[in-house]
Amino acid sequence: MSARPLRVVGQPVPRVDALEKVTGRARYVTDLTLPGMAHARVLRSPYAHARVNRVDVSRARALPGVFAVLAGADLTWCDPYYGPAYRDRPVLAIDVARYEGDPVAAVAAVDEATAERALELIDVDYEPLAAVMTLEEALAPGAPLVHVGQPPAGHFADLSTLRPRPGTNICHQFHFARGDASAALAGADVVVQDAYRFPSVQHVALEPHAVLAAWDEAGALTLWASTQNPYSVRMELAKMFDVPLARIRVVVPHLGGGFGSKTYAKLEPLAATLARAAGRPVRVAASIPEAFQTVRRCASRVEMRVGFRRDGTLVAVECDADYDVGAYADIGPRVVQKGTYTATGPYRVSHVRLEARAVYTNTTPGGAFRGFGVPQLAWALESLFDVAADRLKRDPVDLRRQNFLAHGEEFAPGDTPIDGKLEESLGRAAEAIGWTQTAAADRGRGVAAMLKASVAPSVSEAIVRLHADGSVTVLASAVEMGQGTRTVLAQIAAEVLSVALDRVTVVQPDTAVTPYDQTTSSSRSTAMTGRAVQVAAEDVREQLLAVAAQSLGLPTRDLALVDGAVVAPSRRLTYAEALTLRFGMSGGELIGRGVIAPGRTTAPLGGSTPFWEMAVGAAEVSVDEETGAVRVERYVSVADVGRAINPLTLEGQDEGGVVQGLGHTLLEEMLYADGHLLNGTLLVYRVPRADDAPPELECRFVENADGSGPFGAKGAGEGSLIPVSPAVANALARLTGVRLRELPLTPERVWRALRARSPRT
Amino acid sequence: MTDRAPLVTIHVVVNGSSRELEVAPHALLLDVLRDSLDLKGAKRSCDTQVCGACTVLVDGLAVSACTYLAVEADGRSVLTVEGLADGESLDPLQRAFLDAGAVQCGFCTSGMLLTARAMLAENAKPTRADVLHYLRGSLCRCTGYRKIVDAILGAAETAR
Repeated sequence: MSARPLRVVGQPVPRVDALEKVTGRARYVTDLTLPGMAHARVLRSPYAHARVNRVDVSRARALPGVFAVLAGADLTWCDPYYGPAYRDRPVLAIDVARYEGDPVAAVAAVDEATAERALELIDVDYEPLAAVMTLEEALAPGAPLVHVGQPPAGHFADLSTLRPRPGTNICHQFHFARGDASAALAGADVVVQDAYRFPSVQHVALEPHAVLAAWDEAGALTLWASTQNPYSVRMELAKMFDVPLARIRVVVPHLGGGFGSKTYAKLEPLAATLARAAGRPVRVAASIPEAFQTVRRCASRVEMRVGFRRDGTLVAVECDADYDVGAYADIGPRVVQKGTYTATGPYRVSHVRLEARAVYTNTTPGGAFRGFGVPQLAWALESLFDVAADRLKRDPVDLRRQNFLAHGEEFAPGDTPIDGKLEESLGRAAEAIGWTQTAAADRGRGVAAMLKASVAPSVSEAIVRLHADGSVTVLASAVEMGQGTRTVLAQIAAEVLSVALDRVTVVQPDTAVTPYDQTTSSSRSTAMTGRAVQVAAEDVREQLLAVAAQSLGLPTRDLALVDGAVVAPSRRLTYAEALTLRFGMSGGELIGRGVIAPGRTTAPLGGSTPFWEMAVGAAEVSVDEETGAVRVERYVSVADVGRAINPLTLEGQDEGGVVQGLGHTLLEEMLYADGHLLNGTLLVYRVPRADDAPPELECRFVENADGSGPFGAKGAGEGSLIPVSPAVANALARLTGVRLRELPLTPERVWRALRARSPRT
Repeated sequence: MTDRAPLVTIHVVVNGSSRELEVAPHALLLDVLRDSLDLKGAKRSCDTQVCGACTVLVDGLAVSACTYLAVEADGRSVLTVEGLADGESLDPLQRAFLDAGAVQCGFCTSGMLLTARAMLAENAKPTRADVLHYLRGSLCRCTGYRKIVDAILGAAETAR
């Protein structure tokens, strides 16, 4: 068959679930009810660190309307520990509560009010312990330990190399080196170095975590969960309850945002445990303040030394990064390892020494958040690139361009060669922001670039079914959380099978129905799940062509799929007719299967990234010198996506990424004092509003069809967020001469820096 | 105990239908809509009148149903997202949100639509600045807001 122009792929079609969302019909976990369903509330530690001597639940159990009350000591009938990196987290505190908000007891009752009242009847004898709230406190010699003893490894093979350092709060260390960084720095003409801080921030998915769990009479468990990883959750629960994977079913309805906050098990172990104890379905629905006590981005302190030759060539990078992963490891060690691996960004550099530590503290567990460790490092590296440009008297755009990795160049031995054109992204961003034209006197411009690996190795499987009427079902477990994956998967199947988009239905993830997919994160769904759907659809196409070829007595090379029919030069067979010929009746279906499983490689982290995510951001800012308030007036993001399967949803993703990035750049920071989180509600934790978004915001795409995903696509959605902080800070520095090294760039910090500035000449 | 307080009878017109409801005096409008009337379009999120996900219209004014007592709606008319479309015919705002890509995860969508509806009733020709001001009580974490603002301005244009 000759290549046809793409019909559905590449079109900015409205999302396939838009109608149910604008009419209020879309169902999220908390919209579901089951007969006899109980409601749960969780009693959480008021202390950052405390010994839990005794939990007396007797009065709570006696309250009418209460079905179950559980404390850690009650969990003798299951393995109460879970966690993807280390199984260091009990469902409910056992002996020790490790952060303010650590679940200590939980109630399932007839309604939330009764459950809440029961919580007040639980008597806990806490013995407060010294807490470590910051990286400095946790790393100090003789610091109180958040965990004593070595936790068992979690359930991922690619995480089995993680090791805590006994007797410290360091739960994982990462080291990566090539060449001789210290000698290269000693010989460099210009060395820039500094420490850059990144705050703890919360995802603030508008839908907080929610789970509805029910055990059936045969001992099988079903959960409707707001999770990005139904298959990881299933594995955790299978271990906890010693139940075969096949008897645990995780169903994922619509998600009200994820951003990483719903990766790996969160409230699912608690919901399943309570449902078993209550003997009835139990819903656990977190509030927004409880989301702040569930997961956050890992705060960090990153010290980098970056050396250049006088001609601008980057020669060496040394990086010492400490990440605050909070009270339980969650996926924090992997964030640290994987983020630090790409600390050198999209640049060619021969001499590298990278060290990173994941550090336990008595704060909300740190986990995955859009960017997965990379924003913290890009904040340092991309700021230092501009500092170096200043020292070298070079244009920051030119200095970056000079040092970019080229298309096809190796990032690290065994890993995927660079699969995009960074100079094209940078050139388009610079042009769009008007880099070579003089900015208005009260405006400053800055740029920043990023590079990020996706998770590897990983597995995605898909099934595509062609029905008797020519309509199509796609079975895949990529979770739709607002990013548009259902629409993209539908477009891919519609393209391959040459049917209209509205003839394709993408089933919501359900581990009893939709096949394995490792995770909806790491910007991987389009490239990995999408590729699995493409292969499955191609499998159906080949079967269809074979059926038609046999009935028409023509070789398959003379046949093509066109608008729901197999077409030969002189004949046309609709899919319905072809299936009737195949099965001798109007019934039966063709089933195609796609498996994408690249497996382990010799790459440094054990797998070769399926694609590199690459993007450039350019900001134009103004500042109110009286108040220190920074305003991003214009922002341009250019992402190298290979191919935009759906430019409309992709643009939405990247615009959202930029504005979410503006959150930690200008507004957001979880603040602790005396062991307490001060601002864990939306009254006092400010996320960007409509009037905080840049008045001019453009997201553009480089499309060279050079990705490993379907139709040359790569992943996208995280890239736009990562350059925001350094691009804005670089713009601020070029405007005012002040260089800030701590996010967010609050008016107070900026005002103080402006005041401290030496008079400009 | 509060749950033993006598129920109060209220009369509310919900999406055009007259309803007589028995509600607890402390019951929130959001819970009554979601649990008693099975209207799940309004969402619970911040519980503090900040995010706008629970926004519904009471006598045409946008209110946060998470902090509005159901008894306060007695004798009033409530519009939820389920009442926006006229049968299968979408409201221009719904159509504009759908076409403009102003919907992502959808959790803020019903609140955004109703907030915009209230604004357009007040000001049929809003400027971009007007829309930004009106959306100060409506958070979205998926989009960068641009498509939402464009959709509202587009719907206003269509309606004229």
